[in-house]
Amino acid sequence: MPDNTLSARDLSSGYGERMIFQGLNLQIPAGRITAIVGANACGKSTLLRTMSRLIAPKAGQVLLDGKSIHAMSPRHLARTLGLLPQSPIAPEGITVADLVGRGRHPHQGFLSRWTARDDQAVAEALQATGTQDLAERAVDELSGGQRQRVWIAMALAQQTDLLLLDEPTTYLDICHQVEVLDLLVDLNRARATTVVMVLHDLNLAARYADHLVAMRAGSIDAVGPPDQVLTRDMVRRVFGLDSMVISDPASGRPLMLPLGRHGVAQPAARSA
Amino acid sequence: MTLQTTLTRLQTARHRRRSAHARAVAGLSAALALAFLITLCVGQSVTPPGDVLRVLAGIDVPGASFTVGQLRLPRVVLAVLSGLSFGLGGAAFQVMLRNPLASPDIIGINAGASAAAVFAIVTLSLGAPWVAIMAVVAGLAVAAAIFGLSFGDGISGGRLILVGIGVSAMLDSAIAFLLAQAPAWDLQQAMRWLTGSLNGATLDQALWPALALATCGSLLIGQRRGLEMLRLGEDTAAALGTDVARTRLIVILTAVGIIAVATAITGPIAFVAFLSGPIAARIVGPRGSVLIPAALVGALLVLAGDFAGQFLLPGRYPVGVVTGAIGAPYLIFLIIRANKTGAT
Ligand SMILES: Nc1ncnc2c1ncn2[C@@H]1O[C@H](COP(=O)(O)OP(=O)(O)OP(=O)(O)O)[C@@H](O)[C@H]1O
Ligand SMILES: [Mg+2]
Repeated sequence: MPDNTLSARDLSSGYGERMIFQGLNLQIPAGRITAIVGANACGKSTLLRTMSRLIAPKAGQVLLDGKSIHAMSPRHLARTLGLLPQSPIAPEGITVADLVGRGRHPHQGFLSRWTARDDQAVAEALQATGTQDLAERAVDELSGGQRQRVWIAMALAQQTDLLLLDEPTTYLDICHQVEVLDLLVDLNRARATTVVMVLHDLNLAARYADHLVAMRAGSIDAVGPPDQVLTRDMVRRVFGLDSMVISDPASGRPLMLPLGRHGVAQPAARSA
Repeated sequence: MTLQTTLTRLQTARHRRRSAHARAVAGLSAALALAFLITLCVGQSVTPPGDVLRVLAGIDVPGASFTVGQLRLPRVVLAVLSGLSFGLGGAAFQVMLRNPLASPDIIGINAGASAAAVFAIVTLSLGAPWVAIMAVVAGLAVAAAIFGLSFGDGISGGRLILVGIGVSAMLDSAIAFLLAQAPAWDLQQAMRWLTGSLNGATLDQALWPALALATCGSLLIGQRRGLEMLRLGEDTAAALGTDVARTRLIVILTAVGIIAVATAITGPIAFVAFLSGPIAARIVGPRGSVLIPAALVGALLVLAGDFAGQFLLPGRYPVGVVTGAIGAPYLIFLIIRANKTGAT
């Protein structure tokens, strides 16, 4: 029985000659929800793409249950580990049902065709994301938020034990953001799916994740439970932003209040 | 809505999609069969279909055996084989690179194969197998050069298309140069290697394109699910278990193979590779792979273009002139649209 532990060992990755991170070590807790936070361009997507075999590492390894994922067949890996990229591309004119159905690709053998299990998985994914009424619509005619939920449905239809999502809440209004995150928690509770997601909203990350990873310029700045990671110092180091961190009365988790130069009683100094 | 109703709806929609695709393929196949027969029956004179079928069955029919068997049949067979090759290979490139402008005839692969064929035939006086081999090697070399030169911009970048258009223009002038150097310069030859022509087709020429289609063509069609996944972009395709590099390599090798072999015989029939995919996509809609429909559309285009060039237009024109006249406006339209949306 695989326990689905994913880890990066001395991992270096980048594009062409350019290294984005070097010698990075990271352990993703199995069966938990991990959120990765960090400033734009610090390498979050690159990390996720390297950990899901989309980029070959320059050095080091990504291990899934002790085996290097780069030694596994792509189809085999895709049955265990799913990734929703940051800006996926929908083919022109494709319908929602067709797109979500593509999530079943790794489960279909070379000869075996579509089965009742595939239908079931697609229907469940549509229901879970509330996109069942859109099933026959063309994806390019949907709003940004509807489209985002359809992409999440595609990742759900893949039914993997590990699910990596690169900014799954972009384009979503606050209600749908919360819905998507709730959905990921449901998935995590019901199937023990290991979830790793890049989030920009620190407070939602602290609220929903069991494990927080803060990245800064290609290295890991802090890692651990949200109340240890989301601190005023971390926010200053990682984002160069002054802030207040209080206890969220709704959850008991940390809540970060940014202090900019305007709109607050005690504005931040110009160069914090 | 309950899970059960969603499930039922999904199943009906899927069946509808499947049968619509099957209907489109069946319709195109029927149209091709009909066009095949019509072009065998009709020429300077009209041969009754009964006589045509008898000639095809190998029975000697006085008055028809020569016209149908010797004049029309080779032309029509080569039209179908080259059309299938250009249509299939062109659509494969367009789907793989997610861009209708990334068609082998726009980015110089056809021109490369053609230049090699001219060199082999006109300059070196080589025989058919060598011509085909040189055309394939040149087509692959052009593909390697274009992908190499546009590296770093991502494989589907606009740079690839611009580089390809430049390479294509250079190869066209190389063809003109080789033809001008040739001892027996003639207009027919020049037309063939610059725009494609079926003049002087013989049945034994059909062997190579038929073999290429049977081998490379079927391998390429075998990649259609991988190609469909590539339409989601490299990242999503790879995340869903597609071996992106392998799929691309097989597609490039096989598509260049069939296109180069067809080009070695008919010349680079203008814009058939470029037009077939988009026309087929219009017909089948976004319902699964466009490869087989595009091959059928390609064959129809070449058959109809050659027929029009011979009998419907005032004067006689090689097929490439006719297909070129259809393709050029579409190319202009695409370039204007790409300019407007800021994407190539
Ligand atoms: N395909 C690529 N080719 C070359 N460089 C790239 C590529 N993708 C990203 N980069 C570079 O790598 C660095 C890290 O990018 P990455 O996408 O990992 O950042 P990120 O943390 O996900 O940022 P964001 O929050 O904006 O999504 C950036 O400097 C970016 O310019
Ligand atoms: Mg990113």
